[in-house]
Amino acid sequence: MRRRIKLYILIMSVTLLGPSLSWAEYDVIDITKPFLRKIPLAVPLFKNAVGSGEEEQSSQEAAEFLSDSLDFTGYFKLLDRGAFLFDPETNGVTETDLNFQNWTVVGAELLVTGYYRLNGDDISIELRLFDTFKARRVLGKKYTGKVANQRDIILRFCTEVIKYLTGGEGIFGSEIAFVSNGTGNKEIYISAFDGYNPRRLTTNNAITLFPAWSSDGKWLAFTSYKAGNPDLYIRDLAKAQESKVSKQGINITPAWAPGKFELAATLSFSGDQEIYLLTGSGKIIKRLTKSRGIDVTPTWSPDGKKIAFVSNRSGNAQIYIKDLATGRVNRLTYEGQKNTQPSWSPRGDKIAYTSQMDGEHHIFTIGTDGQNPVQLTYEPRDNESPSWSPDGSLIVFSSDREGPNRIYVMTAFGTDQRRLLVLAGEQTNPKWSMNHQNN
Amino acid sequence: MQKKTWLIIALLLVIPGLLFTVGCQKKAVSQAKAPAPAPAPVEQEPAPKPVEKPPSGWNISQNNIYFEFDKSTLTPMAQDTLMRHAAWLRENPNATVTIEGHADERGTNEYNLALGESRALAAKNYLVSLGVSASRLSVISYGEEKPAAMGSNEEAWAKNRRAEFKAVK
Repeated sequence: MRRRIKLYILIMSVTLLGPSLSWAEYDVIDITKPFLRKIPLAVPLFKNAVGSGEEEQSSQEAAEFLSDSLDFTGYFKLLDRGAFLFDPETNGVTETDLNFQNWTVVGAELLVTGYYRLNGDDISIELRLFDTFKARRVLGKKYTGKVANQRDIILRFCTEVIKYLTGGEGIFGSEIAFVSNGTGNKEIYISAFDGYNPRRLTTNNAITLFPAWSSDGKWLAFTSYKAGNPDLYIRDLAKAQESKVSKQGINITPAWAPGKFELAATLSFSGDQEIYLLTGSGKIIKRLTKSRGIDVTPTWSPDGKKIAFVSNRSGNAQIYIKDLATGRVNRLTYEGQKNTQPSWSPRGDKIAYTSQMDGEHHIFTIGTDGQNPVQLTYEPRDNESPSWSPDGSLIVFSSDREGPNRIYVMTAFGTDQRRLLVLAGEQTNPKWSMNHQNN
Repeated sequence: MQKKTWLIIALLLVIPGLLFTVGCQKKAVSQAKAPAPAPAPVEQEPAPKPVEKPPSGWNISQNNIYFEFDKSTLTPMAQDTLMRHAAWLRENPNATVTIEGHADERGTNEYNLALGESRALAAKNYLVSLGVSASRLSVISYGEEKPAAMGSNEEAWAKNRRAEFKAVK
């Protein structure tokens, strides 16, 4: 929390004067469209105020990071700088200086320009987004701060761009928790949404699995064998304090209720695995399932009224949805021998899951009405643990397509599959947080 | 009379064990309801014959039991091994045993952790049905996290779908 307040103080942003359009006037990106046309976007290098070598280098890093971050969303086709009829040093960066025909002729529909100043440790960056065909500026912001906060400044502007185009908050304030065994034990790690700055959260020196974020990003629940038994730990990330659910049997697969200090998890102290609702400090509120056999891996609908989960009540692992108000349970998946790891989209309409088929595992999405199961991964061998980005536009998952299990990201429609990061050991069980970082 | 009481007790002990053998779950339940007064059904569904003595040098820790894919049902071979384990436990009345349940790498790790536990519980319940005190048996599942054999082939998978018995005398 202290860090966030500091960020507010360190990064000042001012909306640049001049006409600005609201996003409603633009053809907003409809991220529910399966075959989204990528918008051609140009991000030339920034114009530098002083012209020192140090400034030039820092400025180039900023421009490239801005370009990469917008590219990460999958909404844009980033145009090759080599084709630009533009020199940031001699051409201006405001609408009066720009020749928009130079941009439309290379196919750009959107253009971001920057004016960059480095003064000691201080930076100021003016960033503008233009609609080249309408020859209009649609966003303009000036940021001042420390050069060490350059990443946060750029991501703030990227969030403005995405907000303008989609009406939503995007993904740039989110993080990804995952399991890595680089130390010889499975431990939990956290990185930024794009794999930046991966750091180890737990030092349990024991098998640690199934990270789960609270909606506000302040709590992370997980299962660890650090006391011998697979127990559930609920960690206050700011204070690094934990409470523990350590009942006889397994205490696994936590999932936080949206916007609440409550979570669902599988416990087997009764001699049978059932899903329970717990308080954020680990006290049982009530049992949510009642069925002999396996009931695991709850995932909440975004309105908190339903859970989807895995059960073998039909004889093999399938996904079911329970309406918590009526108690009614419906089977969701029928195709495939074993369907597990449901993850409910934050948009509410789809559930991603892992299906075992012909000795491989692949990720599917299915409508919450059970209609239209779609296979998203085809690369052999195992693609597992889907988890949605906070805006429901991307899915993070693990895959052994290049040998060891690593973390990958794709769009909600299975396009643009790419590796997120490379670390020692193998990485599994990724979980994408909601937006909780201030960018 | 004493023999009859013993039979009823044996029957009561067997029923919970059968409940965990998923394959014949329904059959076991329907038989459980009918037979209480008459001794006949006991003959139809014979209680596992306790092995009097374990084979000499029997090491419970070196005799795993193995399962079919995605099943926690005890195979006849697993039941045979468990009978020897029960005999060994009678010979070593102070021993306690931790039963570790494991799964192969196929399937996802959340489900496999639950499956490993179901396997260990099936073994525990069978031992209890053979007269071993439940207080001497504890259960832990490692799912697919601790494979006995590496490799992605049926040979390795078959070795990994197992329950292990860790005895403390």
